[in-house]
Amino acid sequence: MKKPGAAYPPSPYSAPSRQAGIEFHTLSVLVDNESGVLARVVGMFSARSFNIESLTVAEVAHETHLSRITIVTSGTPDVIEQVRHQLERLVPVHSVTDLTLTTRAIERELAMVKVRGKGESRQEALQLAEAFRAKVIDATTESFIFEITGAPRKIDDFVDLMRPIGLVEVSRTGVAAISRGPAGI
Amino acid sequence: MSKQMTGAEMVVEALKDQGVECVFGYPGGAVLPIYDAIFGQNQVRHILVRHEQGAAHAAEGYARSTGKVGVLLVTSGPGATNAVTGLTDALLDSIPLICITGQVPTHLIGSDAFQECDTTGITRSCTKHNYLVRNVDDLPRILHEAFYVASHGRPGPVVIDIPKDVQFASGTYAFSRDIEHKTYRPQVKGDAERIKRAVDMMAKAKKPVFYTGGGIINSGPRASTLLRELVRMTGFPITSTLMGLGAFPASDRHWLGMLGMHGSFEANNAMHDCDLMICVGARFDDRITGRLDAFSPHSKKIHIDIDPSSMNKNVKVDLAILGDCAHVLDDMVRLWPAQAPQLDAQALEKWWQTIEHWRARRSFDFRNSSAVIKPQHAIKRLRALTRNHDTYVTTEVGQHQMWAAQHFDLDEPNRFMTSGGLGTMGYGLPAAIGVQLAHPQALVIDIAGEASILMNIQEMSTAVQHRAPVKIFILNNQYMGMVRQWQELLHGGRYSESYTDSLPDFVKLAEAYGGHGIRCSDPAKLDDAIREMIDTPKPVIFDCLVDQKENCFPMIPSGKAHNEMLLAALEDDAGIELGSVIDEKGKALV
Ligand SMILES: Cc1ncc(C[n+]2csc(CCOP(=O)(O)OP(=O)(O)O)c2C)c(N)n1
Ligand SMILES: [Mg+2]
Repeated sequence: MKKPGAAYPPSPYSAPSRQAGIEFHTLSVLVDNESGVLARVVGMFSARSFNIESLTVAEVAHETHLSRITIVTSGTPDVIEQVRHQLERLVPVHSVTDLTLTTRAIERELAMVKVRGKGESRQEALQLAEAFRAKVIDATTESFIFEITGAPRKIDDFVDLMRPIGLVEVSRTGVAAISRGPAGI
Repeated sequence: MSKQMTGAEMVVEALKDQGVECVFGYPGGAVLPIYDAIFGQNQVRHILVRHEQGAAHAAEGYARSTGKVGVLLVTSGPGATNAVTGLTDALLDSIPLICITGQVPTHLIGSDAFQECDTTGITRSCTKHNYLVRNVDDLPRILHEAFYVASHGRPGPVVIDIPKDVQFASGTYAFSRDIEHKTYRPQVKGDAERIKRAVDMMAKAKKPVFYTGGGIINSGPRASTLLRELVRMTGFPITSTLMGLGAFPASDRHWLGMLGMHGSFEANNAMHDCDLMICVGARFDDRITGRLDAFSPHSKKIHIDIDPSSMNKNVKVDLAILGDCAHVLDDMVRLWPAQAPQLDAQALEKWWQTIEHWRARRSFDFRNSSAVIKPQHAIKRLRALTRNHDTYVTTEVGQHQMWAAQHFDLDEPNRFMTSGGLGTMGYGLPAAIGVQLAHPQALVIDIAGEASILMNIQEMSTAVQHRAPVKIFILNNQYMGMVRQWQELLHGGRYSESYTDSLPDFVKLAEAYGGHGIRCSDPAKLDDAIREMIDTPKPVIFDCLVDQKENCFPMIPSGKAHNEMLLAALEDDAGIELGSVIDEKGKALV
């Protein structure tokens, strides 16, 4: 016989389950691009204390006014299932796909990175940028702006390397994601 | 069929097309055009309330007692914010409402105009959905789509915020019966394979229990009929949440009484010890489960619900069936006969013996008195004397609400209106008015506490104006009894602010409003006083002075499991110090 407490997994709303076994999942959410829809989605996350690690949104079908929201969220598998169901419950939401569960999704982010420096450090910045396939999109005698795309990790690495050289600021888009193979969401 | 008309006229036209008979509302600057459109017709009746919260609860009472969508109409700013409590209440109890709010003209939105508030922003988290109508051409679609969204899937409140210029603008109105939302399509039919598995599990059960909730009532009267049939076929015991009371007849021998924090000993023990729990249209709320990690530890659980987000939310289940209760129950009733012969009759017999043993504990019993009216006794007499009437009951929130649930036995659905999820004091009177307007000939009683009733007492004036002869039966204990009870159990009997001094004279108050007042404090005179109330053809306030120190038992203290109930007699017999029963962790819970 099961002993109470030992065998039963606590709910996604119980404190212990929120600490152990945290995973990161990327959700693709298709929504009607109507006013307030983003507030609805974001409000649901804050009202239910779910996490948003990254969020991007843009209209992907202009005739039908469909927007695609890509949300990276974190939590235990139970919490992530709740996140999905709570998103599905919002009336303007058409579909929610957990890309982390379905296929190895491709994730990309774009960042613009401003670096200031003269002489040797300029040289170093350019070399690193080349290694990371970052493009120079603006230059002055004492600064560069690089454009870099890639998985979020790669951007993190690039930014870390630029820091000692003279990082001024970074602007990142957040993650866009898509599943591999021929099937759509 | 399409016609040219103003936005305001479209609102009234859409209400007519939706078959709305009654709108609860309160006028103001931002809805004047709609009130003008209401003025010229008599198909949609407008019920003027005295506070917009009252309009929302009245619409809830109307909706819950009829199965239709309830409608309220309020102005911008304070009108909308006053309705927020009612909207939240409807969201938590899944009541279909349409709330039409006026808004400042579109060009002024965002300018902090007079009586402007961000209505869609404020109500986003307390509605199922909401709309801000920026163009009169969108209005007909939105109006009808709103009714669809409010009433389909898990029902809930929908706000339509209409700026004043849109109400004045003219456009083309059209209506077709098969309007729906372009993408929102809740699944109503349960998965056949899963239903078959559920029936298999039921056939093998040795200690089964049905745990049902408000979803049965929302699903319509057919769901109640099918539930009765399934219980009769299986012979399994059944309990229900507060929200589901009446869906199954309390007079039936399979009925275990309500479960949960103040539920019966047999219901909660059956939940704890069962080997199969069949949850139909309930949501494993914390008032039901008690301590989650000790909740029904040895059972397999089947969950039938229309809302996928309710599944595995608080409690992990073994088999989730997504669908409307009536549809799924219909399938089960059809599948069951093939499984019935395989039942383990001996095990079931033993299970019933155990249950009868718990039932013999008579956990709702109380020590009656001839000197003072016991609140439970008052409810029992109220029930006995109203049996031959077409009776509907609403409640406020507190001990009286739990005593009503325990002692006012119901045999039919849609007869018990109470604020379950939000626990809103002040719900009962306006809700009763909504019920009475939907059922003009019925006897409608608000079982109230003296504290709760003062939260929306102004609606007495509404009741008198609209000839809604509701009966307010106050169990007057001079205390916020439920608060006092918790202070006794958890805070060393320090009754901080839970005693109400300077209560009004309720008899005079009733008369001041144009109703009738009755007071009773003598158990011997109670029956006659109740009869007088029933026979009075206008609103009545019955001030029933009851024992001030009575506690509501049984009780599962916060943070405890179903089999750790406190029973009424226990307190007297063993002299247990109640303050020591709840641990520190339990005290932090609500
Ligand atoms: C609007 C609102 N405020 C506060 C509470 C907290 N509360 C729950 S029960 C209760 C006391 C109710 O007193 P009364 O209406 O006299 O009922 P009794 O418990 O005495 O039967 C209070 C204050 C609530 N439920 N709703
Ligand atoms: Mg009281």
